[in-house]
Amino acid sequence: MAIVELKNVVKNYGGRKAQGPNAVDDFNLTTRDGEFVVLVGPSGCGKTTTMRMIAGLEDLSAGSIRIGGRDVSDVAPRDRDIAMVFQSYALYPHMTVFGNMAFALRLKKLPQAEIEKRVREAARMLDIEHLLERKPRALSGGQRQRVALGRAIVRQPQVFLMDEPLSNLDAKLRVETRAQIIKLHRSLGVTTFYVTHDQVEAMTMGQRIVVMLDGNVQQIATPHELYAQPVNTFVAGFIGTPSMNFLPATVGDDARSLQGEGYRFRAGDARAAGLAGKAGATVLVGVRPEHLKWCGSGDAQAANHLAGKVDVVEPLGSTTMVQVDVGGQRITAQLDSAIAVEMGQPIALTCAADVLHLFDAQTGQALGLPAQA
Amino acid sequence: MSPIATAALAKTAPPAPPRRRARSGPPTRRLMAPATLFLLAWMIVPLAMTLYYSVRHYNLMMPELRNFVGATNYKLLLTDPTFWHSLVNTLVLVMACLAITVALGLGLALLFNRTFPGRGVARTLAISPFFVMPVVTGLIWKNMLFHPVYGLLAWLARELGLAPFDWLAQQPMLSIVIMIAWEWTPFALLILLTGLQSLPEDQIEAARLDGAGRWQEFRHIVVPHLGQVLYVVVMLESIFFLTSFAEIYATTSGGPGTATTNLPYYIYQNAFFQYDIGLSSAAAVGAVVLANVFSFFLIRFVAGNLNAGSAR
Repeated sequence: MAIVELKNVVKNYGGRKAQGPNAVDDFNLTTRDGEFVVLVGPSGCGKTTTMRMIAGLEDLSAGSIRIGGRDVSDVAPRDRDIAMVFQSYALYPHMTVFGNMAFALRLKKLPQAEIEKRVREAARMLDIEHLLERKPRALSGGQRQRVALGRAIVRQPQVFLMDEPLSNLDAKLRVETRAQIIKLHRSLGVTTFYVTHDQVEAMTMGQRIVVMLDGNVQQIATPHELYAQPVNTFVAGFIGTPSMNFLPATVGDDARSLQGEGYRFRAGDARAAGLAGKAGATVLVGVRPEHLKWCGSGDAQAANHLAGKVDVVEPLGSTTMVQVDVGGQRITAQLDSAIAVEMGQPIALTCAADVLHLFDAQTGQALGLPAQA
Repeated sequence: MSPIATAALAKTAPPAPPRRRARSGPPTRRLMAPATLFLLAWMIVPLAMTLYYSVRHYNLMMPELRNFVGATNYKLLLTDPTFWHSLVNTLVLVMACLAITVALGLGLALLFNRTFPGRGVARTLAISPFFVMPVVTGLIWKNMLFHPVYGLLAWLARELGLAPFDWLAQQPMLSIVIMIAWEWTPFALLILLTGLQSLPEDQIEAARLDGAGRWQEFRHIVVPHLGQVLYVVVMLESIFFLTSFAEIYATTSGGPGTATTNLPYYIYQNAFFQYDIGLSSAAAVGAVVLANVFSFFLIRFVAGNLNAGSAR
């Protein structure tokens, strides 16, 4: 249990003469004690590199890392008191499950009774007691995954690092294990870094989420904040399934109304400030599919209104995913399955004013966000 | 017939019964026969002939005396001190060469597994002795390195103000061991290096995070991973070392005296100097038995060590 601080951390693979873009650029983060932090982003965004730098498996090109107040930037991995769960699990194939879990404790020269106690306890938590005498190759993927977790738990380290630990499991097992990891974290209370490319995993597990792209931190926020107040179009499009619709619109003279071919919006009170002085300019309006509602012909006067033609209908049971062609642009709406829609039919949609997101058309930065604390 | 009608016929016609399916699988035996016959001609026939000759009186100098003599050849063999000496020589040679090539090969493999400039060239050079033919190896070492007058080692000794050393005359067995180890260390290096390269990087990283130092990493992760590969190296090398011949033939000819006469050379001498095919056949049967006994114990030893190593 410890606070982890990353200060201006930079990684460049160019060697001594830094060249090319940085794999990780100016990463700053201070965790709370016992926090569960998720690093998320598309592949190649630097999330794994960041984690490996915390582990000490990669050197820092610049900046510093402190764990529990101690600067570990130049400390060897073995002396950082960190346990890591690898994507491939990296179990030692020639050792039994017990041997795998006990390896670190034996290297620490703990008394045999203590080792036995800790391994049994971790095995009980993970429900792998009956597998202790087996070799990793005799285990299923899910069991191996739990052994890898167990190997980390018995260490009782200051920090857990998990590098996409669920990516090799099938969908059902992934959901179960996800819940198990969350439960483990809540009961152990160890500061945890978790890397994933799956935004659902990030949203469900993280207490705080770091969204990365091309080595740069895009946003560090709680899951709710990420969803409600994404700072740019990348975060807005990355978080949430299906992803947010973006429509270019011209700002009206009142710096409030927004107009495009086949749709019109009126910015909510909260966001309107971002449009000040932008009259006549073009901005991007973001609206999530789940916030779009079917609107009968009577609502044609609604402040937020989109009219188009149904392109594709994907019934999912509880809801129906509808792709709509609005003035030549494809948007997705998640509608109540009770509403019957057919391909090719005209459709009108609306949404509440306070769910609209506004972004600068050039930079993609969000407009009218409340000042960050 | 119109294409439509053909299509209709094709659709309605019952599927042709799979003719070959009735038999179980492909004709395995017939396909394997050439390999089996080749093996038979190559291995079993000579072995059977050796066994046959070993119970007969068969000396090329006395062609008229060819009769069944039972165990006489074996009795002669077991009472021949040269045979026992050659047996000891064989074992010394095999064990010494095994120890040197495996230890040196492993050390070099660990070094060559690191990244350094010019690694590709260095690896190729390190492996090249293996491509030198045994007779050439013998001649190079005898005339260019060990030679007390023209040899490189003698020149070095003189430059250092020491008396040149006649390696093949004064330390014949050591010289043979050095030559064979020089030739076979690259083999161990090559196989162990591929073994090292198949070790997943994340296992090393996991061990490092688990608190393992360099030595523990080597002892608990690298060596167990190399287990199978080490086994292959030891097995193959012991088979080749048991049959070492060309290096001895080209340098010491088994001498001085019988100092470097190993079992293959003893068999050769009996067959092609004494012309006693019967006796050398008996010795050859002895060599086969030795090879089997040797490999049996070796396998036990290696396997047992590996299991003990990984269980701890």
